[in-house]
Amino acid sequence: MALLKRLLLRLFERVELVFDFAFGQGLNPFVWLGAFGWYFFWIVAGSGIYLYIFFDTGITNAYESVEYITNDQWYLAGVMRSLHRYASDALVVVVILHMSREFALDRLRGKHFFAWITGVPGLFFIYLCGISGYWLVWDQLAQYIAIATAEWLDSLPVFGEPIASNFLNSTTLADRFFTLMVFIHIFVPLFMLLLMWVHIQRHARARVNPPRPLAIGTGVVLVALSLVHPAVSQAPADLDVVPAVVGFDWFYLPAYPLLEVIPGGSLWLLIFGTLFVIAILPWVPPARTPPVAVVSLDNCNGCARCFADCPYSAIAMLPRSDGKAYDTEAVVNPDHCVSCGLCVGACPTATPYRRATAIVPGIELPGHPVAELREQTIAAAEQGAAGPRVLVYACEHSGVESLREQGAAVITLPCIAALPPSFVDFALSRRLAEGVMLAGCADGDCYHRLGGEWMRQRLASERDPYLRQRVDRERVLYLRTRPSSHGEHAAALAGFRCRLAGLPEPSPAKRRHDE
Amino acid sequence: MNKIARYAAQAIAYLAFAALLGYFATMPPYEYGDPAMSTVKVSLSHAASRVKPCVQLTPEQIAEFAANMRRTEACERARLPLVLELDIDDEPVLRLTAAPTGMWSDGPASVYQRFDISPGEHRLSVRIRDTARTEGWDYERSDSVTLEAGRYFTVSFKAENGGFSFR
Repeated sequence: MALLKRLLLRLFERVELVFDFAFGQGLNPFVWLGAFGWYFFWIVAGSGIYLYIFFDTGITNAYESVEYITNDQWYLAGVMRSLHRYASDALVVVVILHMSREFALDRLRGKHFFAWITGVPGLFFIYLCGISGYWLVWDQLAQYIAIATAEWLDSLPVFGEPIASNFLNSTTLADRFFTLMVFIHIFVPLFMLLLMWVHIQRHARARVNPPRPLAIGTGVVLVALSLVHPAVSQAPADLDVVPAVVGFDWFYLPAYPLLEVIPGGSLWLLIFGTLFVIAILPWVPPARTPPVAVVSLDNCNGCARCFADCPYSAIAMLPRSDGKAYDTEAVVNPDHCVSCGLCVGACPTATPYRRATAIVPGIELPGHPVAELREQTIAAAEQGAAGPRVLVYACEHSGVESLREQGAAVITLPCIAALPPSFVDFALSRRLAEGVMLAGCADGDCYHRLGGEWMRQRLASERDPYLRQRVDRERVLYLRTRPSSHGEHAAALAGFRCRLAGLPEPSPAKRRHDE
Repeated sequence: MNKIARYAAQAIAYLAFAALLGYFATMPPYEYGDPAMSTVKVSLSHAASRVKPCVQLTPEQIAEFAANMRRTEACERARLPLVLELDIDDEPVLRLTAAPTGMWSDGPASVYQRFDISPGEHRLSVRIRDTARTEGWDYERSDSVTLEAGRYFTVSFKAENGGFSFR
């Protein structure tokens, strides 16, 4: 399993580097796959609502109404039909890519399981929607799907009378069949929407809209494709004629050809077995869960910055329980907390400058105490190298550990935003390093979702806690790259050292004043 | 120059995405059956006789039931399996025994089969046994039919319509 993940991750990284070049890191479509899922869903829903106005149920009415949509009103309903089809196909593509990528990034085990387990049934419902949609056209493809699906369902030992007997000839098929299919085609997406909402419940500020340039670009592509290569019906269904050769939507129907070689019952087992295996992947093998964040009420003033920054909705602000004069206190939900440490980075009390003998911030990760981070920062000053000393605070997913070989002192954190910005000030003002490099995940692709952006905003004084104005920004480098970009890491370090070498000597350390 | 290359790469990415969607939405076509063959479908759903015949109840036995639940016969629920045979040009094509459906085996037995036959004139003979008899058939039909390439020919059964129908 680990090997498969590594191979898949390497493949994604290679492809994404190309897309980084084309779109830039922040607009890399692979970073926005989940948001694209929502985007395509809305296109499918919007176009579907319009098509429903003109769709008529009935054995002959269905095909005729779709023909009207496609030919008579090609300029709007026809385009809508094509958008409906292509956005549906695109939905399958992005959902499968999204799942594969989250699997490769191992963002499914431990506390991440919730989004995974609620996403897997979504895949089944997407296929149910797509397949039921193709029935409605009632052309030869619909006839093939109807017969093949009915025969496939009949392989289950639950139906008394064969469903396939409804499609023996035109006399055995009732108009009500189309009413049933319309019902399925409308209510399954509604249920899917509910599932999608549940899917993102443990994500604060879930990204449900792709960035505007990508949304516009993709929208234009879909419209252009709809005009150039519109979706059209095949010959009308005729239950007396064998639909021997049919144009096939391989995004939605890849299971059907398997029915020719695998018995229907075995194919059901294969599909549901595969879905089951996919669903239990978060526990294969079970994740080692680090201790969750702990609130120290003596040091928590209820400022809610941890609450605002938590990417997993794991912190709630509740009424004060210790009688102190603050309104609220932070409370960690251990079932949601993934120990990313963003809350620690956001806590104004997580500072190396405190005079108290023991540094205990208002919220802290037991696996990465702030006091230990302070000691590591001071110890890093001893790890001298030729040229300006650079202290690297690195996200453990950034892949920059190799910079140690270049003589940099590297301190690893669960996420770059787990670093309180005051540590940058501390390292520079105490002359523990000539420069501080912050190494996070690629722009827009933070392993812990929001950490990269929160750190950018903290450095830019846009988000509490700010990096103090007195810090010379020339001595701070925020590197956001992909883990595999080893050459880029080394080049960035070398360039940073050159820059530092050209800077004037910093003013003497202000130990007494700072502490 | 770099900007132009980036825009060109974006255009290629969008085009590739469009090509992917446009092509695999309909292509390559799927060949479901052999257009040179005719497909025969046999479909029926029929409740065979009960395993044991119903027994006429005596007036005393009927009186033992609650007034709203009185009946004149006592019947066991289980039904017999349905035996079906189909010959084409006197060659056996189908020989099967369909079990009754339902948890108590009291539902109709169902058959749905599909197979390809070369087109042309054929003699179709189909028969079922839905009683406890060991010899002979309860319903049968034999006819000369013309099967057309690329078309379905259906053999169905409705006891209330007199038995088998060919279409």
